[in-house]
Amino acid sequence: MELPLHLVRLAGVSGHEVVLEVNAAPVTVATVLDALDAAYPMLEGTIREHGTQQRRAWLRFFVCEEDWSHHGMDAVLPEAVVNGKEPLIVLGAIAGG
Amino acid sequence: MKQVRLLVGTRKGGFVLTSDGARKDWKVEGPFFAGWEIYHMKGSPVDPDRIWASQSSGWFGQVLQRSDDGGKSWAAAGNKFLYEGEAGTHQWYDGTPHPWEFKRVWHIEPSLTCADTVYAGVEDAAMFKTTDGGATWTELPGLRNHGTGKDWQPGAGGMCLHSIVINPEDEKQMFIAISAAGAFRTDDGGASWKPINKGLSSKFLPVPTAEVGHCVHHIAMHPSKPKTLFMQKHWDVMRTDDSGENWTKVSGNLPTDFGFVIDVHAHEPETVFVVPIKSDSEHFPMDGQLKVFRSKSGGNDWEPLSRGLPQKECYVNVLRDAMCVDRMDECGVYFGTTGGQVYASPDGGDNWNAIVRDLPAVLSVEVQTLP
Repeated sequence: MELPLHLVRLAGVSGHEVVLEVNAAPVTVATVLDALDAAYPMLEGTIREHGTQQRRAWLRFFVCEEDWSHHGMDAVLPEAVVNGKEPLIVLGAIAGG
Repeated sequence: MKQVRLLVGTRKGGFVLTSDGARKDWKVEGPFFAGWEIYHMKGSPVDPDRIWASQSSGWFGQVLQRSDDGGKSWAAAGNKFLYEGEAGTHQWYDGTPHPWEFKRVWHIEPSLTCADTVYAGVEDAAMFKTTDGGATWTELPGLRNHGTGKDWQPGAGGMCLHSIVINPEDEKQMFIAISAAGAFRTDDGGASWKPINKGLSSKFLPVPTAEVGHCVHHIAMHPSKPKTLFMQKHWDVMRTDDSGENWTKVSGNLPTDFGFVIDVHAHEPETVFVVPIKSDSEHFPMDGQLKVFRSKSGGNDWEPLSRGLPQKECYVNVLRDAMCVDRMDECGVYFGTTGGQVYASPDGGDNWNAIVRDLPAVLSVEVQTLP
């Protein structure tokens, strides 16, 4: 998946992409984020709210050039993402100053 | 020779400033956590190399960072701040009920006796505690649940718990302040709390002397006199000598008693500093002249201190956690501004100089006095 700059720095990874192993089927937005939290615990709570587990309001998800922000956490990801050909992109909304 | 280390939180990152005992030349390191709002940074009195930083972001929420080497390296600590039980509601700006929603940590207060114990004041107002060095946090729910919590309403800056003061003679006694709910005290380590706002008067309240609802901006205590606290309120500078049971106004000859910061001299418990600003709708110094006011008599008689501070065309603000004092033999006083300057006085306020002047807007300034 592809992460925004602040989360890349927080996780201490190089580049914007991280490769995750998801041991769940089907592979959904939630299971990918679970795998991300497990691999990088410092990111827990930064993409999903701790309590509700919902997407933070100012973040957006993109998959295969489509906005998946409102597909829901249990939406099953396309094969291209599952096999690593396309990333699940987390993008910060354009806001702030 | 002793050293001092300033911890400066800004709108776009944290900075660590160090100097020797002369406090003339400063080394500026940072930004740490660039681009994040650093609401507060504070070191443990038990282990001064353990420093905490509260970083938040509209996009990514709250992250808490911990350093164990004096700020050279940092690692993310636990950031799961969940209210105990059913969080319930408080009043919204329009008077309707609004769910309690965690937003960020405003203030970090490390224990005076245990390096792994830390208190956090958060928005929406509540107090959390860790006893495992920040891995896990639990709410002290007695504060929100003591009876008036549902009536608290956010101020313009949000409903934040921004001040935590621990009695050094009895750590179970703590004082906190919430904007715009007022001041509260616990005598049992946070299990139970009581409002301590008697003597406060706020014209904007339906009942100006109400038990809660007062907009307290900051409170301060001298460690040798823990029954005495000073308060900078939305309007009014206040003092209590009975642990908050009763407050009296000590604004005296201040040109305006609106402001955010208040602090007490390190060695003189009756010497107090404030930075008045013009009004609640004009958050800048009067006449464009930045002045610290000092009382050496515990309030009422105030003298302006301006030597070294800009005396024309200065329209910055000094936010509630952005003033502190060091423990050097001659007390150093520090404050940061929304214009990105950090000013220091190595002589108790008589003379000032800008030790850095082009940072992002300063949110908080804390100082550590090191061997």
